[in-house]
Parts: sequence; structure tokens; C-alpha cells
Amino acid sequence: MKVLVAVKHVVDYNIKPRVKQDGSDVDIAGVKMGINPFDEIAVEEAVRMKERGIVTEVVAVTIGKTNSQDTLRHALAMGADRVILVETEAELQPLGVAKLLKAVVEREQPRLIILGKQAIDDDLGQTGQMLAALINAGQGTFASVLEVKGDEIEVTREIDGGTDVVALKLPAVVTTDLRLNEPRFIKLPAMMMAKKKPIENIKAADLGIDIAPRLKQLKVADPEPRKPGIKVANVAELVEKLRLAEVL
Amino acid sequence: MSILILAEHDGNHIKQSTRQAVSAAAAWQLPIHLLVAGSSSESLAKEASGIAGVAKVLHAEAAHFEHPLAEDVAALLVQLGADYKVILSAHTSFSKSVLPRVAALLDVAMVSDVVSITAPATYVRPIYAGNVLSTVESSDAIQVLTIRATSFAAATDGANAEVAKVNVPPSTGLSRWVKEDKTVSDRPELSSARVVVSGGRSLGERFNELLEPLAHRFGGALGATRAAVDAGFAPNDIQVGQTGTIVAPELYFAIGISGAMQHLAGMKDSKIIVAINHDPDAPIFQYADYGLVANLFEAVPELTAALSK
Repeated sequence: MKVLVAVKHVVDYNIKPRVKQDGSDVDIAGVKMGINPFDEIAVEEAVRMKERGIVTEVVAVTIGKTNSQDTLRHALAMGADRVILVETEAELQPLGVAKLLKAVVEREQPRLIILGKQAIDDDLGQTGQMLAALINAGQGTFASVLEVKGDEIEVTREIDGGTDVVALKLPAVVTTDLRLNEPRFIKLPAMMMAKKKPIENIKAADLGIDIAPRLKQLKVADPEPRKPGIKVANVAELVEKLRLAEVL
Repeated sequence: MSILILAEHDGNHIKQSTRQAVSAAAAWQLPIHLLVAGSSSESLAKEASGIAGVAKVLHAEAAHFEHPLAEDVAALLVQLGADYKVILSAHTSFSKSVLPRVAALLDVAMVSDVVSITAPATYVRPIYAGNVLSTVESSDAIQVLTIRATSFAAATDGANAEVAKVNVPPSTGLSRWVKEDKTVSDRPELSSARVVVSGGRSLGERFNELLEPLAHRFGGALGATRAAVDAGFAPNDIQVGQTGTIVAPELYFAIGISGAMQHLAGMKDSKIIVAINHDPDAPIFQYADYGLVANLFEAVPELTAALSK
């Protein structure tokens, strides 16, 4: 069984983003970037399924600018067999990305597609569900356990108030939550090997798919800062303050 | 043109977050229709028809909605949705699964986790874990969005809307519900609790022992950081943060929480934040209205005792 993993190159999760002076966008020039943490979990899961003998090939795909290659190298170093860059300089939004991924799915014919549940830059959380819709497949969102059983995959999902389990007909789309696994640490030799492997390049423009943005960002701004608070000396003073604030 | 809201329920009652979605939808000044999909759901449709601001309830009764699956609910919404200007719901795990699927099938964009509607197709939403607010405008004929429930007041009762049965398409057969494991608790739901008592990893095995009595004092909900959940001290469904539940209660206790960006994203809109931490330099103190530097294992029981007098 072949697995396709979709990964996104994003601003590193430790970086506090800065708003450009003119408020037009977030300034990411020269900022440290890397694989979206939820997508790293997706790659890890696919590689583990291969190590367990359930999966025969792991293909990772990303869509974006040339620098997204770094994230594909990361996937290769983790154990992906092949990687594909669908290259475009255009602004990307989930619906357009899902359409491009659909084209890759049609070409690669995977039995399972795994994506992160959201990207930590735009925090939209839509691409997996949109892809599932476009290829008319079942979807298992926010997955914390995956189990392939015959021609189905059982997905334990983290939902409000607990978990549930759904069984999806294969081929299916799964999006990962934090507790699906803990991605492996990449050792230097694996990284060196990954640098030598080829990256297949597809020009997004050659696919003839309309990916024009539907949403226009009018501006970005820093949220209102909270008013500075105070330190209290002890529990008695804290109780007194809460009493005055009338929240008890 | 009207607005269609996907209602969410637990089989017995319409969720609070749906009432908050109804308030958000008032921004358009258009008739609001509420879609209730369920099995043996007459009483749910009736409850929905009483929510102030609702003009009409669309009642989709079907055996396969006993446990509504995203694929099947999306198929229903797509069948109904083409006639609407807006399809909207609260940003819950249920709607987060369903609405992107609906948007793709209607070939329109979706706007997730809207905290403010500034014009009929202009929305403010947090990006980068709430560190930045982005204002976006959607050019699509049908607007599909989820709203952050805590940013809107809940609509109360006070209507007597018409209830209309709708035809339900057959199940897609793409997926099948197997089972669920939901925390049974007499505490309020985390996302809508008036008081939230949250703890970090440093509470260790004593997480529940220390925090439960304090939460109990307020009839509040328990919350946790990702680190506390990952270490196994708290269940995953109470994680507060960018990737967990977003809360904005009247009173938030951050106990033994340092204040990582991803956690702050989930609670910094709380009205009053109390932080108790042994480390005076913890970033959480920059967000707390009242900060107490103290040993948690002494201060928390002392606080609980003082409040119980």
C-alpha cells in the first residue's frame, strides 16, 4: 500500500512573528523555517507503517516556492522514499492546495493520504477535509491512533469532550493530531543522505488548475495587549483582590 | 437570501456554541435558519426553534444521524447550501470536520475561527497561534465560516420559529461510526465554563488532587497545558491552547503554567487571569491580572481553603 503525505514549509514554531510596518502582512523574510509540526507527525506515522510492513512506499509532497525543498529533505531524512515539489510562486490557500493535491493523488494513486490537522502559520485547518471532499473519500480528522484493517482504516479521533473511532473505506484521508506519535530525531548521516536524493519537480502552472486566491488579506495587526497586572504577596491578598473584582 | 447555521448537539441539547453562532450571524441582518441533524431528534428541533433570532429550523431526521459523520452531514449541507448566502457554525471539532468539506464541494473558500465580523464578507481571525490578527475579505458567492464561540454572546430563548422537515440524502457509505469515549462529568463544558482552573506539568501526579477542589469551589472546568497532557497527568480533551480548546472565561487560573505561546493562544482573552507559579520570571506573569509567586503545593490548597470559608 502506498501512502502520500502532504507537508508544508512554515515559520518555525518557536518564532514570534512580526507584523510588517505597513500592516500588509507578517514579515517572514530571513525567518527560520521548517516542516509544519503536524505534518512531521504525518510523515512519522507513514514511515512507521512502512517499518511495520503495512506500507510499501511513502511519498511526500509539498506545494510552494523553491525553498519548500528543505521540508521535503526533512521528510526524506525521516524515511520517505520519494518526494515531489509542486512548485509555484503564487499565493496559496487551502482550496487551491487541495485541488493541486487532488492532481497528485490522481497520478500517484495512494491508498492513504496523511496530512497535518492544521498549519501553524495560518491556523486554518481545512486542506485535508477539502482534499477528501474533492476525491470523494472518507476523512478521519484529528487522528490519535491509526489501524489498517483489511480495506478499511480505523481512526481514533480527538474530539471535544473525548475521542471517537470511525472506520473509513480506503482510499481515505487522515489528518494528524499531536498525540498520534512523537517524530524521530533526525541524525546527521540521514540528513546527508537526504541531500543526495532527487526531488521531483512539477510546475503547478503545467497542471492547468485554477488556484487563484478567494480570500484577500486586507491587513494584519498585533492583538490588543493585555493591561499590565500586579503581583500579590500571598494567598490572602489574592483572595482580597478577587473579592474586589467580584468574580468569586 | 438567508443564513444557514449548522447546529451542534449532544443528542439531548443544542450546544451553547450554536447559540453563540446565532449571535454572530446577526451581523448580516438576514433571516437565520438553523439546521438540526439527528436521530429521534424532535425535541432538539423544538429546542432550536426557541432560540432568539432563529427564523426557521430545518430538521433533518435520519437513522444514520444518530452519530453524525462529517461525510454525511456535508452531503446534506451541500444539498441545502446552494440557496444560502452564508453557511456558518461554531469552531468546534464537529464543524471543523464538516465545513471545509462543504466549502470544497461548493467550490468556495472557507474562513476558520472568526473572532469578529466587521462587514458582511470581512472577517478578523487569529493566525500564528493568536500572535497576529488577520483581516480577510471573501469574494465567494457563498460565505462558509466557523466562528470562535467565546468571542460572541450566546443567544437566549425567546423565539417560536417554524420547524420544517428536510429530505436527507442517503449515507455516503465512505465512513462508519465505530464508538466513542467521552468524558462523563458534571462539570461545565470547558469551552463555555465561567471559571477554568488549568494546570501545567509541574503539578505532576498531584494534578487532580490539587486542582479539582478549586474547580469544584467555582463549579468550573479543568484545563491543562500540552505538556501536562503529554506527560499523562491530564486527559487530552482538556488541553487549552492553539491546537486544543480555546477558552475565554470570566476567571482563569493558570497554575504551574509558564506561559508558552501555544498555551497563551488558548486563554489570553480570559477576563481575569490569575497565575500561580514558583518562577517569578515565568512569561505567564506578563498576562496575569494577579500573579502570585509561590510553591504550588502549598499555595493552591491554601487558596482553596480560603475560598471555601
